[in-house]
Amino acid sequence: MKTEADRLDTGPGTPASLAVTARASDIAARAVAIRARDLTAGYGDRPVLYNVSLEVRAGEMLAIVGPNGAGKSTLLKILGGALTPWSGTVEVEGRPLGDYDRRALARRLAMVAQENLVAFRFTVLEIVLMGRAPHLGAFHFETRHDLEIAHAALDRFDLLGLARRPIQELSGGERKRVFLARALAQAPHVALLDEPTAFLDLKHIAEIFARFRELRIERAMAVVATLHDLNAAALHADRVLLMKDGAVAGYGTPEAVFTAGNLRAVYETEVHVGRNPATGAISVLPGALVR
Amino acid sequence: MSAPAPVHAAAAAKLALADFAAAHLTRARMALTLIALGLLLLVIAIVAAAFGSVHIDLIRALTDRSSADHAILFGARIPRVLMGAIVGAVLAAVGAALQALVRNPLAEGGILGISGGGAFGAIVALVVFSRIGGSDVAIPVCAFAAALLSTLAVYRLAQVDGRLEPFTLLLVGVIFNAFWGAAIMLVNSIVNFYFTHSIIFWLMGSFEAPTYREVAMVTVLGAAGFAILLAHARDMNLLSLGDDEAAELGVEVDAVRRTIFVATSVMIGAAVSVSGIISFVGLIVPHIIRTAIGADHRMLIPASILGGAAFTVAADLIARTAIAPSELPVGAITALCGGPFFIYVLRREGRKSLAL
Repeated sequence: MKTEADRLDTGPGTPASLAVTARASDIAARAVAIRARDLTAGYGDRPVLYNVSLEVRAGEMLAIVGPNGAGKSTLLKILGGALTPWSGTVEVEGRPLGDYDRRALARRLAMVAQENLVAFRFTVLEIVLMGRAPHLGAFHFETRHDLEIAHAALDRFDLLGLARRPIQELSGGERKRVFLARALAQAPHVALLDEPTAFLDLKHIAEIFARFRELRIERAMAVVATLHDLNAAALHADRVLLMKDGAVAGYGTPEAVFTAGNLRAVYETEVHVGRNPATGAISVLPGALVR
Repeated sequence: MSAPAPVHAAAAAKLALADFAAAHLTRARMALTLIALGLLLLVIAIVAAAFGSVHIDLIRALTDRSSADHAILFGARIPRVLMGAIVGAVLAAVGAALQALVRNPLAEGGILGISGGGAFGAIVALVVFSRIGGSDVAIPVCAFAAALLSTLAVYRLAQVDGRLEPFTLLLVGVIFNAFWGAAIMLVNSIVNFYFTHSIIFWLMGSFEAPTYREVAMVTVLGAAGFAILLAHARDMNLLSLGDDEAAELGVEVDAVRRTIFVATSVMIGAAVSVSGIISFVGLIVPHIIRTAIGADHRMLIPASILGGAAFTVAADLIARTAIAPSELPVGAITALCGGPFFIYVLRREGRKSLAL
């Protein structure tokens, strides 16, 4: 199957960054999927997040980037309702997070954590079907409809051949795709992904971004992902939120935020900012040989 | 736009959807398994009622109400088989539920020291209330209260930086077990010699001479517990992914955890107050069922109920007949099987499952 990345590399026509720009006005007209205002939060009495605000519209992808310990995962936890902020608000589709009961929220918002550990030997299909739980009545078994949704989710992440395998037998990359497929089976309007491509090889990184691009277009799914890889963020995200020490250091299009000055200040190292000749997207490289 | 070609998708859909039945729990598989386990339990129960340290003539026992055979069958064997079945069902179901809650296949009421706490509560109630009366109500109530306290203490103490560490959990359980054992021996050494037999009975675990009244008490509390656990079976599946993940899939994690802790403590308290500490049933039975049929708790809980009953009735049959006319405590039989089994699970499955 031809992937998005193949098409971008070899196909004629619009470079990706132009395609994103062309869609920008379209996205501006869409409803806000998730919005955070002035989030301040921490663990115990140790603050780790200061006055963070963001807004993601339906179909848009926001990448949260920054050095280790910048507060990216904490921010994602707050957006998903797993952590309550000290102050500030989160709204999902215009309603405060606290107004939703857990199941109603789970039908709108799916989260994939950085680590995906399972205590017992569930099969891949069983894990993906767990994504249907917020849609099922109390004692109901999964219907054919749920199985079809799980099947489509497995198919999209190229997992149909692994459906019967216990999750423990899978590689780290396969397991990550299982949890992405589970999130997809939830049929969410907003997907929150914590380092979705960590430890994956180039091919699978490209495929995962391609799949979420499809979902953003087909279903107007909003995607918020924390990413270490600035080049991936520049290529795939509509907007980026650059964080340092729990505060926002830049928020906007990759072109506006990923400047050599911004990145040098945040990462405390020399960077070279250029353009990827194949995709036209911003590319970030080390700017000096550190000895 | 990069959607797969429709022909390919349709072919894959037909093939894979048909294959799916083997990869997840279906109603048909659940019904077949439960019927098979139910039949197994029935056969074992009939054998256990027919055999014992004394030979009885079943025909005479069923037809002649004045015969000694009748008295043995209905006065001793049947209440004992019923008690073994309900206590075994309770222990196995509680084991499966606790394993889901702490995400650890080695968790179990006996291993975690919860049964030990219950036994201590029961013994204190026995000693205190034997003079002032009401001990038949006080014993299960105190067993439940002490079991719940043990559960909460073990759960709290096993948390390191807000995370439940699997090996810390087992170590805390071991310590609790030793602590309750010592506390029970302490009570034993300061009270009247008259209580010693009961105290040893609770420490070893036995189904010696149960009354129908006791059977009814455990059955009522056990059945209420089963209903609560079955109602939360899907939540237990989601909890296997982690607390945050379960919450993100719509589970009210704290409420579910409280409910299951209270339910399992009532169940353990009821079981311990009539039969003492019977360890490892809650480890062995859910593990075998998980390996044979799968991890889905909607199946695991009811299958553990039936399997736990069958296993325990069989263990008690061995306890009664192995060195007839005297008998072994059934707790010794389950511990003799369970100890090596625990090591086996720790080494084989544990490494994979506990590599949290």
